[in-house]
Amino acid sequence: MRSSRPILLVDDDNAEMMTVKRALDELNVHNELVHHLDGENALNYLRNNADKGPCVILLDLNMPKMNGVDFLAAVKANAKLKQIPIIILTVSDDEDDKIKCFESCAAGYIVKPATYEEFIKAMDTLDAYWTLSELPFPDA
Amino acid sequence: MRDYKPILLLEDDTVDAMTVKRALRDLKVTNPLVRVANGEEALVYLRDETKTKPCVILLDLNMPKMNGIEFLKIAKADDKLRRIPAIVLTTSKDDQDRFATFQLSIAGFIVKPVDYIKFVEAMKIVNLYWTLSELPNTEQENTDAKLTTDTACR
Repeated sequence: MRSSRPILLVDDDNAEMMTVKRALDELNVHNELVHHLDGENALNYLRNNADKGPCVILLDLNMPKMNGVDFLAAVKANAKLKQIPIIILTVSDDEDDKIKCFESCAAGYIVKPATYEEFIKAMDTLDAYWTLSELPFPDA
Repeated sequence: MRDYKPILLLEDDTVDAMTVKRALRDLKVTNPLVRVANGEEALVYLRDETKTKPCVILLDLNMPKMNGIEFLKIAKADDKLRRIPAIVLTTSKDDQDRFATFQLSIAGFIVKPVDYIKFVEAMKIVNLYWTLSELPNTEQENTDAKLTTDTACR
């Protein structure tokens, strides 16, 4: 990533979190990975860390309490948070989900590949893009 | 890109537009490139029902008539256009431009490398990412009316 700020992962599955962490480690992405299990907790984290928030958010869709679509809409409706790029990382290939997420201005929608080899390739592409792209905050 | 739809390029400089076209051709990106010279022309294209909506929008910031930020303010407030990912492609390294465009929920902000080889490398990464990422169906109506009124990525 271009920034040294943390990456926020919102995913209710701890095993998925471990997979993301392993892939980032293997790709030598050194940003801290902050993990929250649902949208409500993630939103609280963002509100409490507005000045040193994440450089990007990786977001699962199917979660308890507040799901991904609602979380995305809540972040994009908050003037202090809306600039953070949010990339959907999900198993859902549903057209309605895609439309809802892009209508809420998701900055990418990645359907998680079935194998780890493909997953690491996807994470490599994601990292390359968000290293090429500027990010909203000057580096901390 | 993941789908066959056109890429819409907002660029007032003909030479820069040709460089983008050449880079996409060198990368064997087969999507047609539709180039308009400013935000006003882009809105005319995007609102023309006879034209295929683009899969992504690449936009320069400094343009006459309607600049990139003015265009984004209008496009991101438009229910039919908001879902199309917009990626800034500019020479501007201005912090305010960057912050203002991310506030308008752009999906990337690429500072154009001057060197052509480096520019092609940058466009290769852009193409890889938007081939990996799904893209929204631009024809299908959003049936969830609540979402449309609640969403404020603008």
